[in-house]
Amino acid sequence: MTFSLNEASRAAIDREVAKYPEGQAISAVMAGLRIAQEQNGWLTPEAIEAVATHLNIPPMAAMEVATFYNMYDVKPVGRWKITVCTNLPCALSGGEQAAEYVKEKLGIGFNETTADGRFTLKEGECMGVCGDAPAIIVNNTRLCSWMSREKIDALLDELK
Amino acid sequence: MNAPENPQAILLAGLDGDNTWGIEHYVKRGGYSALRKILESGMTPEQIIAEVKKSDLRGRGGAGFPTGLKWSFMPRQFPMDKYVVCNSDEGEPGTFKDRDLLRYNPHLVIEGMAIAGYVMGCGRGYNYIHGEIFSLYQRFEEALAEARAAGFLGKNILGKGFDFDLFAHHGWGAYICGEETALLESIEGKKGQPRFKPPFPASHGLYGKPTTINNTETFAAIPWIINNGGEAFQALGKPNNGGTKIFSVSGHVNRPGVYEIPLGAPFSALLEMCGGMRGGRKLKAVIPGGSSAPVLPGDIMMDCTMDYDSISKAGSMLGSGAVIVMDETTCMVKSLERLSYFYHEESCGQCTPCREGTGWLYRMVHRIEHGQGRPDDLDTLDNVASNIAGRTICALGDAAAFPVKSFIKHFRSEFEYHVEHKRCLVPVDVQREGSRIYVEQAC
Repeated sequence: MTFSLNEASRAAIDREVAKYPEGQAISAVMAGLRIAQEQNGWLTPEAIEAVATHLNIPPMAAMEVATFYNMYDVKPVGRWKITVCTNLPCALSGGEQAAEYVKEKLGIGFNETTADGRFTLKEGECMGVCGDAPAIIVNNTRLCSWMSREKIDALLDELK
Repeated sequence: MNAPENPQAILLAGLDGDNTWGIEHYVKRGGYSALRKILESGMTPEQIIAEVKKSDLRGRGGAGFPTGLKWSFMPRQFPMDKYVVCNSDEGEPGTFKDRDLLRYNPHLVIEGMAIAGYVMGCGRGYNYIHGEIFSLYQRFEEALAEARAAGFLGKNILGKGFDFDLFAHHGWGAYICGEETALLESIEGKKGQPRFKPPFPASHGLYGKPTTINNTETFAAIPWIINNGGEAFQALGKPNNGGTKIFSVSGHVNRPGVYEIPLGAPFSALLEMCGGMRGGRKLKAVIPGGSSAPVLPGDIMMDCTMDYDSISKAGSMLGSGAVIVMDETTCMVKSLERLSYFYHEESCGQCTPCREGTGWLYRMVHRIEHGQGRPDDLDTLDNVASNIAGRTICALGDAAAFPVKSFIKHFRSEFEYHVEHKRCLVPVDVQREGSRIYVEQAC
């Protein structure tokens, strides 16, 4: 599967590189992988390599980072990745029930994708929003707070 | 949020949610006057450090280390590349205080960091913002652009010959990056695996240069200290525990959220601000300083005041001020199981005692919770925890061990009941009812 960074992604990565001292473009690898993931949906080995090439760093250095941090998807995910926090503070305020409800609605468990490729469900670790429990993050960047059954219904309906 | 009507607040004072985070409102609230005062009056780094020392400001990220002392470790007189780094990688279960500073008052953090840059002779700073709330990173970038445009960052700030620029770096889902040296590795574009100390960051930090890392809330306290004096800040709290502190309260209370109160205020007062216990139920236990802090039984907690010394005396730690409240519907075994899973999942894998030990801890608590515990499991758990604590490069090992040891110490009979009866003392439907939340908040 071939992959190349599009112009917008390349420009976004270059803006990140500019934040770091000269010779430290490698510092932009985290943002670079995030940007490539946004472009492609998930990080194929080719996407990881494209980021490394753009930053002029060894592909293995980018691969190490991609596989270390939880929010990089190095395996295919559905169009919408739903992450539900079930850590203790959230669990005390309905986090587990929210996860059960999403599982029931989608007919899948954690780390599974619906047959139509629409949703992937993940169990989240602390998102730093314990006061908003139950909390859900959609595709890494959209935080949804106080997720009642009604709000979960509305959210899943909205994500086509 | 409760901040606008909270007369005790200084860091979150005068805010109106998402409407007043911008520079125009910040300046109207008196923002950037501390930076201006320093540059215009020619206050020396030594004078500022003395003021911060007088304030008894202690690091708000968890360790509670005196900030003035930390700043004094930097080789500030030597002109070389040095860095100021802000730790906004807030991922310790229960902690969500810096989120409100960053979304509602980001310029306060920028001003605090610029002052730190001035004190330590650093030309550049980074704010490491955890990836889970991506909007915070975006907002901080917007705030940085505003500050640059207004001349509070960049070259020759306020025409006084001081150069300092600041950038945002985001995490992407690794709890360990809240550890300061892992955070530095992460900014350097590597896996977030902690470094062995010494050398400490003050001599060998980011890119191998002298670096000072403070928590978001610590930087946020600096402008107030400069404007009002260290003694005034100290007087807000109690001796050795200066100032106000932002507490993030989660769990079985009526209004989980962020509350800024003076250090030394009674726990009971904080609980009252949160609207008391959910459903009027009885307080069973509290983790007073984030999931790594030892749990305390409710009655001990009710006698505590919210400051570093009181909580430490009671056998736990104030940590980041993340207060996790548990009522009588809580199963302590299940709670510990979830926390142990977290540490197992988040161990970076570098040190064997932590990488292997956290798995042992989780699997043993899991089997006790699921009715397959053995009578000697409790002692084995305690033993494994003791063999992790103090034997790893960073504090994640200790953080995994403390909950295990403290849960068993204070709630041993509940664990024994699980082993003996193969089920929980608290019926499952009661637990579920306890964690049911009646969602009323608009968002």
